[in-house]
Amino acid sequence: MEHHVNELDVRAGVIAAIKAVAPEVDADKLAPARRLRDQVDLDSMDWLNVIVGLHERFGIDIAETDYARLGTLDSICSYVSEKSR
Amino acid sequence: MIEFKLPSLGSDMDEGTLVAWHVVPGQAVKKGDVIAVVETTKAAIDVECWHDGVVDRLVTEVGQKIPVGALMALLRAPGEAVSETGMPVGSAPPAAAPERPRSSPAARRRASELGIDLSTLRGTGDAGAITYEDVERAAPGAPAAAPVQAPVVSRAVEMRKSIAAAMSRSKREIPHYYLSETVPMRRALQWLLAANAERPIAARMLPAVLMLKAVALAVRDYPEMNGTFIDGAYRPAAAAHIGVAISLRQGGLVAPALHDVGAKNLDLLMRDLADLVKRCRAGSLRSSEMSDPTITVTNLGDQGVQAVFGVIYPPQVALVGFGRIVDRPWVEEGSLSVVPVMTATLAADHRVSDGHRGAMFLARLRDCLQQPEELDGAPRE
Repeated sequence: MEHHVNELDVRAGVIAAIKAVAPEVDADKLAPARRLRDQVDLDSMDWLNVIVGLHERFGIDIAETDYARLGTLDSICSYVSEKSR
Repeated sequence: MIEFKLPSLGSDMDEGTLVAWHVVPGQAVKKGDVIAVVETTKAAIDVECWHDGVVDRLVTEVGQKIPVGALMALLRAPGEAVSETGMPVGSAPPAAAPERPRSSPAARRRASELGIDLSTLRGTGDAGAITYEDVERAAPGAPAAAPVQAPVVSRAVEMRKSIAAAMSRSKREIPHYYLSETVPMRRALQWLLAANAERPIAARMLPAVLMLKAVALAVRDYPEMNGTFIDGAYRPAAAAHIGVAISLRQGGLVAPALHDVGAKNLDLLMRDLADLVKRCRAGSLRSSEMSDPTITVTNLGDQGVQAVFGVIYPPQVALVGFGRIVDRPWVEEGSLSVVPVMTATLAADHRVSDGHRGAMFLARLRDCLQQPEELDGAPRE
């Protein structure tokens, strides 16, 4: 596992994880600072699948108690970068 | 000779198109084996065999549209002699068309010109046949989206019609009554958080499985909520095969059965639920999942709605709804605190049960969710 994870790679990976669950998402239209689940139709099963996708892509552990920190695309990317170091 | 007929695929589907046979004459089949795939407005259904036997003759042709109850194949029962026609096993030419879907000669020619494999396309022509236009759309550089787009659009329209028919029928025939109850969820959520902390992410469980298990346990004491009402008579079901209302990303709704919920522990329920949702959204379900629900649960809490007052899926007699889990001020033993609560609702058939029993059922459901550790145990005998 690389110690320094490139920011662009993180963003691309996060978007890929979201698109794997919600293929209709247009990444260009996602407001990165707005609540993600207000923009993308994700129920609890979908959200869990996104979390699992992030875990598998980046090899990080995501505690349920951290879900509150994953509200926006930006905050998810920050979290992933932080956990990947 | 056993007549294998297209089984019921749910009250809102009357017919389907045979897409493929998975067996050939002479092949032995067991109860539960998938013997064919039938396309309906909601999904490609894996049709399961209900008998042990040996396939004698395949009657329906690939691409043929047939109603529920139509004769699809003839099976020899175990021990039955070879077909009376005297033809030895295996010599009858299979009625099944080759794996390749039907296509027009123009389509085949164009596909060959473009180097496109026909078996990768979904036909929009008669009985699912691949047309010239389907091939053109699949050509590299073609402006339209992937070939499946055309059939998905028409399937969405057809699905809407099926849902409309079933829901209209339900409201015409079933005298619904509605009850609602507020369910404190603190203990359930705390238990779940602790249980999930002990599990890898891939085995994490959703609150939904607690709710489903609680419904399965509650109907044991209130069998008038779990069964079917057909031809004026109610038949309670022996087990809780819970129809899970799943919305499809391209629009539409399916509520296939999660079988035998009462007999499964929560980890197994979570795996089965995740698998069901995945296959449902991929448009691939089993016929027993379409025909077996004995009660349906709809969980719209994720959509942010407080309570759902649903429409019962005939021939079932009840629908349980769960709304959003939200923090509320709550009084327990005289003192005020903030507790996550959820509104559970019951829509029930007044021909089969009365509000009194419905109320007791909801109370039982609420009580089950106060003891989450009981939900994970082996079923009480």
